[in-house]
Amino acid sequence: MKKTILAFVFALLPALSVASGAGVHLDKADIDLSNQQSMQRGARLFMNYCLSCHSAQYQRYNRMARDIGLTDTQVIDNLMFASDKVGETMTVAMRPEDAEKWFGATPPDLTLAARSRGVDWLYTYLRTFYADDSRPTGANNLVFDKVGMPNILWQLQGIQKPVYAETEDGHKHIERLELVKEGSMTPAEFDQSVRDLVNFMAYIAEPVKLERQRIGWWVLGFLVILFVFAYLLKKEYWKDVH
Amino acid sequence: MAGSNENKWQGGILGWVDARFPLSSLWNDHLAKYYAPKNFNFWYFFGSLALLVLVIQIVSGIFLTMNYKPDADKAFAAVEYIMRDVDWGWLIRYIHSTGASAFFIVVYLHMFRGLIYGSHRKPRELIWIFGMLIYLCLMAEAFFGYLLPWGQMSYWGAQVIVNLFSAIPIIGDDLSLWIRGDYVIADATLNRFFAFHVIAVPLVLVGLVAAHILALHEVGSNNPDGVEIKKNKDENGIPVDGIPFHPYYTVKDIVGVVVFLMIFAYVVFFNPEMGGYFLEHPNFVPANPLQTPEHIAPVWYFTPFYAILRAVPSMAGSAFPGVAAMGLAVVILFFLPWLDRSPVKSIRYKGPIFKTALALFVVCFVMLGWLGTQPAEGLLTTFARIGTVYYFAFFLLMLIYTKMEKTKPVPERVTH
Repeated sequence: MKKTILAFVFALLPALSVASGAGVHLDKADIDLSNQQSMQRGARLFMNYCLSCHSAQYQRYNRMARDIGLTDTQVIDNLMFASDKVGETMTVAMRPEDAEKWFGATPPDLTLAARSRGVDWLYTYLRTFYADDSRPTGANNLVFDKVGMPNILWQLQGIQKPVYAETEDGHKHIERLELVKEGSMTPAEFDQSVRDLVNFMAYIAEPVKLERQRIGWWVLGFLVILFVFAYLLKKEYWKDVH
Repeated sequence: MAGSNENKWQGGILGWVDARFPLSSLWNDHLAKYYAPKNFNFWYFFGSLALLVLVIQIVSGIFLTMNYKPDADKAFAAVEYIMRDVDWGWLIRYIHSTGASAFFIVVYLHMFRGLIYGSHRKPRELIWIFGMLIYLCLMAEAFFGYLLPWGQMSYWGAQVIVNLFSAIPIIGDDLSLWIRGDYVIADATLNRFFAFHVIAVPLVLVGLVAAHILALHEVGSNNPDGVEIKKNKDENGIPVDGIPFHPYYTVKDIVGVVVFLMIFAYVVFFNPEMGGYFLEHPNFVPANPLQTPEHIAPVWYFTPFYAILRAVPSMAGSAFPGVAAMGLAVVILFFLPWLDRSPVKSIRYKGPIFKTALALFVVCFVMLGWLGTQPAEGLLTTFARIGTVYYFAFFLLMLIYTKMEKTKPVPERVTH
């Protein structure tokens, strides 16, 4: 009997384990959705750098204002460049056909990028652009080879060049990236900025996340109390059976 | 005044209803005077839980339908609209998506219970067959429903599964075209899958559940000892080892329901993606007919069968053998009542051969499930082939090993 129960616990394991992903090592984004300052800095970066080409077409400006601790006026004055109504979603002015001509592909909508790619992927991706003359944009990326997107944050980060290493069988691969031209930020500052940006992207991917966890504790608390009464009720009735 | 009215109506409102509708007798036949064995254990929670999940899915599904749009241009956005702009929409959506996986977990455990205690054996063959039909409906329901969010995995998963039908010789291509309503998965497919998901399959499902329960209440429940409690009745015709389902099992099942809801609520509120197993990451990208994802994997509950499909090599350039093997892997379960020829029902009185075979089967089923989520290459394919062979051997050889194995004597009464 115990064996069969144990066997079925194992049967459920695949559902509990995390899907394994192959490929490049990803750095931990280590974001904090409850840090509204970080979220606001991330929102500024997102509006300034991402939203000129990418949309976030399911995210409304006023919902963002409410959730990251800003007023509608603050958002209208400082963060809205692409729309004029605070109830609108974050669409982009660039026409898809132009985008395709300029970048080879339409830049994807970013509302759900943190859910489809994962926050660690985004954090690593945004920090691992490197100079590559063979690319039309002059930049390539460690986690997204032959990426169509230019290194949009280079003024902040500076320019990185790959340092190659050779394996025993003579295979050349990129060991690490080296900063060859300094940007306006130190590497530590830049990492923090990307973390803020990814934090914001994680927020727009699922604006309700913090609220659902908060409600979840109440629901579980209620169920624990209900369990006590349900168990006592069962025990009372089953006295006559035993 | 009230008293005289009661007399007139032979027992008040209830009497009035009973004279016109068998309310009291339904209540008694299925709850208050339905005698269930008193030795039900942990495994017997999953039947009532399956019923609970069915209700959860129907109710949450109704509310989703109020805001969803079965239109290839709008479906993906409609789901995000539900997640963001509909009051409590996120909760309803997560309940429904978690419920889909919960349904399969509960049903797999319920089926396993039947397998270990011989609940499919005579005279309960029809209960098992109705149950298997429910399982088939559930698979159809899950498959149709998975297309509706119109994400990349919805789209390409449906593409792969519908393409399986085109592997059928001669009629295959026309058949898959007929199912899709277009040459690729498209708006027409989404519309018809929506119709199947929200009305056609649920109607059949609810009817089958009623048949499953009616058949069960006709012959009575099995129990962990596999003893027929109806063989031992007292002077009033009540089984000595039976207790009325209500209140004893209703209050016991409520405890099971609360524990289940705790786990369910944990997933809904804290881990709705369940590491990409309940909600797959690529499904947060809208369906794109021009871009095949690197790796297409069905949701976890289909992966054992998907692994069998890929394990069988194609013959004469046709993938049909794999498709047939996958179909047979499900069909063979229908014959379980006649494959098990042991003189005893319950695993408690069976010998070591059955126990070992079953333990290996569990390992094999879980392994196939995991393999179904992985790319089919190299050593993994070898494991999938071993798993597939064992899957069928377990059932087919059951004809022999259950017959020849020495069993322990079954007690007269249930052990409690």
